[in-house]
Amino acid sequence: MEHIRTPKVENVRLVDRISSKKAALGTLYLTATHVIFVENAPDTRKETWILHSQISTIEKQATTATGCPLLIRCKNFQLLQLIIPQERDCHDVYLSLVRLARPVKYEELYCFSFNPKLDKEEREQGWMLIDLGEEYRRMGLPNNYWQLSDVNRDYRVCDSYPTDLYVPRSATAHIIVGSSKFRSRRRFPALSYYYRENHASICRSSQPLSGFSARCLEDEQMLQAIRKANPGSDFIYVVDTRPKLNAMANRAAGKGYENEDNYSNIKFQFIGIENIHVMRNSLQKMLEVCELKSPSMSDFLWGLENSGWLRHIKAILDAGIFIAKAVSEEGASVLVHCSDGWDRTAQVCSVASLLLDPHYRTLKGFMVLIEKDWISFGHKFNHRYGNLDGDPKEISPVIDQFIECVWQLMEQFPCAFEFNERFLIHIQHHIYSCQFGNFLCNSQKERQELKIQERTHSSWAHLWKNRADYLNPLFRADHSQTRGALRLPTAPCSFTHKFWSGMYNRFEKGLQPRQSVTDYLMAVKEESQQLEEELAALGERLEKIQKVQLNRTEVKSNKQCEPSKHSGFSTSDNSTANTPQDYSGNVKSFPSRSPSQGDEDSALILTQDNLKSSDPDLSANSDQESGVEDLSCRSPSGGERAPSEDSGKDRDSDEAVFLTA
Amino acid sequence: MEFSELIRTGQAQAELLRGPEAPPLRGTLCVTGHHLLLSPGPQATPDLWLLLLRSVDSIEKRVAGDSGTITLRCKDLRVLQLDIEGVEATLNIARSIEALSSLESVITSFPFFYRPKGLRLGDAWHFHPPERYYKRVARETNAWRLSEANEDFSLCPSYPRAVIVPRAVDDDALARSARFRQGGRFPVLSYHHAPSRTVLLRSSQPLTGPQKRRCAEDEALLRAVLAGSRPGARGFIVDTRSAQTAKQARMTGGGTEAKAAYLGWKRLHRPLERGRPLQESFVHLVEACGDLEQSMDHWLSRLAGCRWLAHVKEALSTACLAAQGMEREGACILVHGAEGTDSTLLVTSLAQLILDPSSRTMAGFQELVEREWIQAGHPFQLRCAHSAFSHAHPKHEAPTFLLFLDCVWQLGRQFPLSLEFGEGMLLALFDHAYASPFGTFLCNSEQERCLCEVRTRTHSLWSGLNQLKEQRKLRNPLYVPNPLALWPSVEPQSLRLWQGLFLRWTRPPEPSEAAWEKVWQIVTDQEKTEGSQPTVSASEPQL
Repeated sequence: MEHIRTPKVENVRLVDRISSKKAALGTLYLTATHVIFVENAPDTRKETWILHSQISTIEKQATTATGCPLLIRCKNFQLLQLIIPQERDCHDVYLSLVRLARPVKYEELYCFSFNPKLDKEEREQGWMLIDLGEEYRRMGLPNNYWQLSDVNRDYRVCDSYPTDLYVPRSATAHIIVGSSKFRSRRRFPALSYYYRENHASICRSSQPLSGFSARCLEDEQMLQAIRKANPGSDFIYVVDTRPKLNAMANRAAGKGYENEDNYSNIKFQFIGIENIHVMRNSLQKMLEVCELKSPSMSDFLWGLENSGWLRHIKAILDAGIFIAKAVSEEGASVLVHCSDGWDRTAQVCSVASLLLDPHYRTLKGFMVLIEKDWISFGHKFNHRYGNLDGDPKEISPVIDQFIECVWQLMEQFPCAFEFNERFLIHIQHHIYSCQFGNFLCNSQKERQELKIQERTHSSWAHLWKNRADYLNPLFRADHSQTRGALRLPTAPCSFTHKFWSGMYNRFEKGLQPRQSVTDYLMAVKEESQQLEEELAALGERLEKIQKVQLNRTEVKSNKQCEPSKHSGFSTSDNSTANTPQDYSGNVKSFPSRSPSQGDEDSALILTQDNLKSSDPDLSANSDQESGVEDLSCRSPSGGERAPSEDSGKDRDSDEAVFLTA
Repeated sequence: MEFSELIRTGQAQAELLRGPEAPPLRGTLCVTGHHLLLSPGPQATPDLWLLLLRSVDSIEKRVAGDSGTITLRCKDLRVLQLDIEGVEATLNIARSIEALSSLESVITSFPFFYRPKGLRLGDAWHFHPPERYYKRVARETNAWRLSEANEDFSLCPSYPRAVIVPRAVDDDALARSARFRQGGRFPVLSYHHAPSRTVLLRSSQPLTGPQKRRCAEDEALLRAVLAGSRPGARGFIVDTRSAQTAKQARMTGGGTEAKAAYLGWKRLHRPLERGRPLQESFVHLVEACGDLEQSMDHWLSRLAGCRWLAHVKEALSTACLAAQGMEREGACILVHGAEGTDSTLLVTSLAQLILDPSSRTMAGFQELVEREWIQAGHPFQLRCAHSAFSHAHPKHEAPTFLLFLDCVWQLGRQFPLSLEFGEGMLLALFDHAYASPFGTFLCNSEQERCLCEVRTRTHSLWSGLNQLKEQRKLRNPLYVPNPLALWPSVEPQSLRLWQGLFLRWTRPPEPSEAAWEKVWQIVTDQEKTEGSQPTVSASEPQL
């Protein structure tokens, strides 16, 4: 690869993020697709793999006596601090990575070289796993009210929409084309979700080009058609997901929002979700809080509040809840838009669908949901997640927020989802990894032009193949609470929203619960299944034996057969093996005689580590697989701080003497 | 005294509102000596609603027209509203509840009248005291002995009759050491960590005073501790006050161990919040949790502002430090603050839970609470007189025990398979510590309990909890014995608000109940298949 200035640097130190005194010595390799750090320690040879596409920023810091520090921040929230002995090597690595992390053409992305050894047929089947046509049929479409429109064939009307769209039967091509001309980027109102129980629907579009007084007859007819497609209600909600001020500012640019006077029977509603720039800064601030060294509880909580992140998450959830209630309780259809209708609109429509329809809370249904509301409706994956070098102002964690909303709901409704947290984390990983073609480009049209399906693999097939890892053992599909729409508390309050350390601190295993309830229960389930099978087999055998023995008189004494006890999770109790952190907050208090003592325990972690994923990148990176992490390094009360003991004045209790003695 | 003097109105018609999640209840309201009863009408007597008056924390009455409203805020953080017909009846009932819920006398309290079916008086009272723990220590080392020097509570009124002390120290020396320690709480063994042959001790502060007094027997006692431990062991004194506070305590006769006097012992200061500030922290947190309308930002600042989670973090860190000192450094640890009855017990009991696998079982945990809190003289009656809703100015109230339960909950969240008891057990202990039909948490010390004859005249909570019907609620179905120490993370990202307690009555219970049922179902399914297998294989003849 022409961009790699130096393929290998030796004697590089990987600094522990928390206690800078700990560092692993090893060799750094640059390959066409990954940065790899291999530790020298002969017994472990621990490897850390980072995909170039995961690299968010690279920072070269001032050279010190020990070498030249290089800080690599990743999009999956990993943070790597390397110290490279020679300044020149560091510069070479830096320049190489800057280029490698910012590809300029799609062809440079990993998915075009990634080859999981599947034949052509298997690859094609993988792409057929998620079928949106089938999804609309599942909703009960087409029917008397909705039909498949070919108006966007060859992307003639709107190039960021899919070709296959459902619109009200009464909306003629003339109305649709007219309406599209009155909408930003011609994103006219189209069906996102149809609620079979009462004919109400969720439609989506971009903002109208209303300015201060413009109107459009076809657009008004379009909204009326949507209303008529729901015989159960005489009005529709129009939900503008922007803060009112933002929407009003847009009027000066000839855009804006619907005037209730011009549209018959609409109820217009603002739901203030901030724009992509606010969200980008908010995430940045929250990550800074996560990076704080030994913060106090208040530092952390104030920082979290100051970032506004959870407030934004709540705003998105609240919008989704509003729409889901309008549809299920009021039986009214809802048209959702923001500015262009591809960020906030996608978030809100998918949250509402997830609340309404249990299908989207299954593994496959969730994939369908992302395919429908995000991929097909032209969410700009390339711009938002910076797959190709582009405008940094376009980058924003829009789908990350949606994924977190799902996690927040999973925490509130532990039995309502077929999948577990790991599934969400792996999806987030693949949105940025560019290992598969699904999340490439900004629209369906671009993907088609690039022949993505012929040249890359589908991540859905990959995730589906490993679905056993993603199941939630607590899922109760048939329970009254999880059937149908999720019943949310009347007043969604702030307490239910939690900081998601499983995502944002996922590479710091020491911060996570040390035992996984999910894995344990899955192992138990698997084992009882095995035992049941064994039982059945033994029963059959017993029957046979009894038949044979009809002729025999003597039954020999029984021999206890060794039960295959706890094979599935005999290791799970070892997963508690951890070492104490630095609780002393005072470097001097325990002049440790025991750095080696912890090692036997960490070794346990290594051996018991269940390599869950068959995916090399995830297994090297993501939380449940990186078992080699040393847990004994967190300092809860500030190693840097002055020792709190007897700060000098109380002479009679200054016991440094005893330490050295 | 007759209860009837305090009951002004026998009964009234009322409607009870129990929060947004439960349907209202209508019927006849009735005040008895210990209970508030609501009987929904003659046809439905089994659906009697009952509230222990002792659990009422604060009461608020309002009258309008010819009816009134009483809001009862309970010690378990529940808020109940009673709409009562008749102004006079409302006022009378309110006054009766006020009088009856704040009775100070122990021996007229409900535990002395509670006689449940299926339980025998006197059961389970003797199965936890220090004697039992000493048997275990004696198996592990012979450096310690059980002393009955406090048989008549003369050495230390807040200690039990028997305590575990170094074998090398005689009862006279104990008496002298007791005189040198506040409240007579001389250093006693709290826990013996067999693998490292080190011990955890607790005491109160030494009475050094402004003259920096010393006590040879007290010093000898601590020397004997080191001598009885592994050879070359050092000691750490974890003082749960700041160095500044400890120094100031000299002015009032207290103080802390002088380094020159206690060879081999090094002092560490880990200030833990106690007393009124801790109570206020609790009150503010509960207030914040009651405000359902607040914005996200407001909520996070209030959560930070009330500092409860900061106290959790500090308590866990200090306990980890003590445990680490023993397990990793092979050092003996003495923990004390001032009186040695609050933050001291918090640290010693948590350290044991971290180190000792047997204290994480159902029986072991009960024993730990009995030995390290009840017998160790945590003044439950004073500390738990009021919960978070009382308008009265806090005198001796402090939620130290609740802080302990919260820390245990955090440990259970980080190690979900390692505790045999579940959240239900912790909630039950919280409820019973503040108001209970059982006698276990009555009084402030063993001496007081003896005077009141608690053991013979009330039922033990442990026998109540150990009934089979309670087990599903209290046990952790995921438990797998774990022989290792549990080192929790004390980073802010790892600590969470205990929603199960602080939001118990405000969030809908169904989702977590459904999850709990499912966990039980998975685990019992497995036990069923496992249980049935050997029967088949046992009947399989050898061919």
